[in-house]
Amino acid sequence: MEHYNVANPYFGVFVLFVLTFGAFYATTVIARLASRALAAKDTEKIKLTVYECGPEVTKQPNRISTQFYLFALLFLLFDVEIVFMFPWAIDFKLLGWFGFAEMMMFILLLAIGFVYAWKKGALEWHNIK
Amino acid sequence: MDVAFIIETIAKIVVILLIFSALAGLGTYFERKVLAFMQRRLGPMHVGPYGLLQVAADGIKLFTKEDIVPQNVVKPIFKIAPVITAATAFMASAAIPFWPQFTAFGYTVHPIVADINVGILYVLGIMAIGLYGPLLGGMASANKWSLISAARSAAIFISYEVITGLALLAPLMMVGSLSLIDINNYQAGGITHWIVWSQPVAFVLFWIAAFAETGRTPFHLVANDHEIIDGFGTEYSGMRWGMFFIGEYANMFFISFVISIVFLGGFGDGTIAGAVQLLLKVSFFFFFFLWTRAAWPDIRPDQLMWLCWKVLMPIAVLNVVATGIVMMF
Repeated sequence: MEHYNVANPYFGVFVLFVLTFGAFYATTVIARLASRALAAKDTEKIKLTVYECGPEVTKQPNRISTQFYLFALLFLLFDVEIVFMFPWAIDFKLLGWFGFAEMMMFILLLAIGFVYAWKKGALEWHNIK
Repeated sequence: MDVAFIIETIAKIVVILLIFSALAGLGTYFERKVLAFMQRRLGPMHVGPYGLLQVAADGIKLFTKEDIVPQNVVKPIFKIAPVITAATAFMASAAIPFWPQFTAFGYTVHPIVADINVGILYVLGIMAIGLYGPLLGGMASANKWSLISAARSAAIFISYEVITGLALLAPLMMVGSLSLIDINNYQAGGITHWIVWSQPVAFVLFWIAAFAETGRTPFHLVANDHEIIDGFGTEYSGMRWGMFFIGEYANMFFISFVISIVFLGGFGDGTIAGAVQLLLKVSFFFFFFLWTRAAWPDIRPDQLMWLCWKVLMPIAVLNVVATGIVMMF
């Protein structure tokens, strides 16, 4: 398949962005109108409470275990690495030995960080008591 | 820009939206049928011949359900989250060539919405944005099950994105281009030229990560019914909940296309036979998602993280290093 040479290749992305968000938002609006017209309604008060065992619940504070933040930090470390590696991989044949050696040093530095995180137990799921 | 280009782009997008929305609906039917046959049941049989109209019945039911927004939820975010999931799933399709180019009425059609040179990077990026659907929906629901699910989905997505990125690096080093068309053309010479033969490790890693990226069964922890109800979808009803489903199934189809094109040769040299082969490969990968769901139990969140960071990540890095060494000598 040949490339499709146009002046603005990202035009399609923009139109797709507008049309998908428009179409799916319109679907929710249509669903709301349809349900207003057709759905059986119930005036039971407790229906609108959040899903629980039955009692009216208080507002939930959005608190998440700190474990998840550790994984977010690790993700930052390694995904930034991958962002650096993508251009290197594309020009791999062009860069030759120089690029290869540079990237091996970069990976070595990150491997040291990875081993440190492993030894410190950042990759385990700790019991919080 | 000429008018013909604008009309062509909009026509392609409408076709993709219609086909893949319908396929996402039919995907639920296939899933129920396949799971049923694997468990020696019949699955949906009553609505229409072989239960085929079950999809339409589900759609009508979703549209006519009472529209419930529970108290305590953050309303604007709660309402926009399903739209983000569905829309980003379809936006990822922009850089995927679905079919080789063909000529219709003297006009050459390229079945790709936007032939951008960062192709696969764009697909990965948009799939990463898809995380905001479950994350925002779960956090806005003011429900602890939804909140746990949102945190889990964030952890799974970002962990396995590292794997997808690293697994794709090795094939990209061989091809030297990010465009999915170039990757396809690189493997044009038939079955022996497929990247899967030279990059089997990357293929398996990407395949495993695809299950996590789409939230399918061995990693179906974001909506694990027996411990966190329906996850981020607990408070959703009607078509808003349906949007999450459309997004999930569309994602499965698009990631099947990506695997087939990157590792299994795509549509080859661009004949009709090659295009049919691409559809067969995609069907196999979609079927494999369902097969795994029937055959494999879910794993625990800590096992998931262990698998990602302690097994797959080092293997992926070593694979990149090994590819580099082999290519240099």
